[in-house]
Amino acid sequence: MKKEILKLRDFKVYFPVKAGVFNRTVGHVMAVDGVDLDIYRGEVLGLAGESGCGKTTLGKAILRLVEPTNGKVTYVSKENDETELTSLEKKDMDPFRKKLQIVFQDPHSSLNPSFTIFGSLQDPLKKFGVNSKEERRKIIGDLLEAVNMRREYMDRYPHEFSGGQRQRIGIVRALCLDPELIVCDEAVSALDVSIQAQVLQLLMQLKKDNNLTYLFITHDLSVTEYLCDRIAVMYLGRIVELCDSEDLYKNTLHPYSEALISAIPVADLDKKTKRIVLEGDVPSPVNPPKGCPFHPRCPKAKDICKTEVPTLKKYSTNGNEHYASCHLIDLPEISK
Amino acid sequence: MAQTSLDKKFDQIRKREEEKTFSVKKRSRIVSKFLNNRLAVVGLIIFTIIILASLFAPLLSPYDPMRVDLRSMRQAPSFDHWFGTDSTGRDVFTRVLFGGRVSIFIGLGSAILSAVVGIAVGCYAGYKGGWIDVIALRVSEIFMSFPQIILVLLLVSITGQSLFNLMAIFILTGWGGMYRLARARMLSLREEEYVQALRSFGLSTFTICYKHMLPNALSPIMVNITLSTAMFILTEAGLSFLGLGVPLNIPTWGNILNVAQDILVLQNYWWMWGPVGIVISVFVLCVNFIGDGLRDSTDPSQQG
Ligand SMILES: Nc1ncnc2c1ncn2[C@@H]1O[C@H](COP(=O)(O)OP(=O)(O)OP(=O)(O)O)[C@@H](O)[C@H]1O
Ligand SMILES: [Mg+2]
Repeated sequence: MKKEILKLRDFKVYFPVKAGVFNRTVGHVMAVDGVDLDIYRGEVLGLAGESGCGKTTLGKAILRLVEPTNGKVTYVSKENDETELTSLEKKDMDPFRKKLQIVFQDPHSSLNPSFTIFGSLQDPLKKFGVNSKEERRKIIGDLLEAVNMRREYMDRYPHEFSGGQRQRIGIVRALCLDPELIVCDEAVSALDVSIQAQVLQLLMQLKKDNNLTYLFITHDLSVTEYLCDRIAVMYLGRIVELCDSEDLYKNTLHPYSEALISAIPVADLDKKTKRIVLEGDVPSPVNPPKGCPFHPRCPKAKDICKTEVPTLKKYSTNGNEHYASCHLIDLPEISK
Repeated sequence: MAQTSLDKKFDQIRKREEEKTFSVKKRSRIVSKFLNNRLAVVGLIIFTIIILASLFAPLLSPYDPMRVDLRSMRQAPSFDHWFGTDSTGRDVFTRVLFGGRVSIFIGLGSAILSAVVGIAVGCYAGYKGGWIDVIALRVSEIFMSFPQIILVLLLVSITGQSLFNLMAIFILTGWGGMYRLARARMLSLREEEYVQALRSFGLSTFTICYKHMLPNALSPIMVNITLSTAMFILTEAGLSFLGLGVPLNIPTWGNILNVAQDILVLQNYWWMWGPVGIVISVFVLCVNFIGDGLRDSTDPSQQG
């Protein structure tokens, strides 16, 4: 039985666009524009989409590193207690900050150059009640070993490490308070391909050992297929398709996902796929197009797409739930 | 697990590499780069000599800088009086040494204190942003756009001349620059991912901005402290020359220079103002060399 760990409802993050001498707000970047999403305990949920579609913003806003503009985030504990995070005061967030953590994209800015690894990791531990220094050293040392690094590395400075090592230290930091959900924001995309595989494997091992849930943000759909249980495809701040990862590749419903998948390089020469090239750029999130936000670039667009905004509807493929928002799907809709 | 054993092998190779290539630590790289800069090293040496000489002035000179000796007025430099004596028979060399104490104290003290104020405000406002930042920015603009000379005249006429009034004025007009520097650094640092990570743990604003971020903003601030030390020493000399700085009875470099206002002294008794003028220029030059050296050696974009 699947149990939620996090529920997002009508989640929006808008950034004001300021201009002029008086810094007046002239518009909004709708970075995340109405996302409904359930993340289940123990799953790996992929979040894919082009650059600038709002993936990072969504991840940060869940942790309230960016304040959401609207909507609810509800955390469901192991004992099924629900807490609405968005309505909490900042200081009441603390018990939940332990449970939700993030691994960042850029290994070069993710560690503080002025502190040793231990120096920069010990303050969070102190804050959450690990008072003796020996204990803090032990926790960090154990975690370093868990990511295949040596305990002694905790007394080194970040510039002494390679990119892959830094990324593993970033993972140690996310793990140090024993979290339940980790947002991996393109955690491997800055790394060399050979190191990527190592870090991915490590992440999966850690997930098994610590009963973690991942929200795995990526722009590379070729990685997600093997890692993720489900995948959400995002376009201009909205989720356009959400389904089991196998179904996304086999029974693609949304033309945007189709285009993304067709862009994955295939090793098999016999298997020719026609690559769908998307025309034009991603529209500006300040003035998203009327109707379906994807219609100006959609190869299949019809008249209805220019006027009516499609909603995320539930279908069934392969006996699994499959959500998509497109007017042109001819499967029967399943009512909730 | 094939991958992990491979991984361990990678680690071993990397470890060996690190032990060789990274044996020079980051700090010592900055030091060695600084030491490679000849001007900066010469500057540092002369700077140190002048400071030590001022500190140990009583040991270096048998004279009292304040004692008037009417039997030896306006004597040219000699073995007894290296820089000669002034119009009241005081030994000029002794006065330059003792004057250095006050002048350097004013310069360095004002620079450090205005840095402390500027950093305290700039770090917090730059990191927090919002209305605190807007207010701090406007206040600093007001202070910076106010002409220093007028502020000095105003305050001197209200509170009278004193060393601490002068320093207060220097700090009031000087913190704005430091504030802007600290704020600008903070604005770029706060987007760094390690800061975001600290925030995701809910650490307090104070811990994040003063403990974790400030060390990464310090090097341009250090450079600025040296440069504004030089500037404050010059300003003190200028103001004291005009009779607006430190009260005349306290020997400072500017006050010693003050005698050159008299056209007679200027024409006939070069030793009363010449040597002290040279000391001021040399000292300021040295401080600037040190500042340039610091800037070049701490600038990460200038490698090698
Ligand atoms: N602090 C901010 N202020 C204003 N606009 C922002 C801010 N952060 C992000 N944005 C805008 O929000 C949109 C989404 O950005 P986001 O970083 O979430 O994209 P992303 O999907 O993570 O892209 P990438 O794959 O390049 O990381 C972009 O248009 C970006 O310009
Ligand atoms: Mg991103």
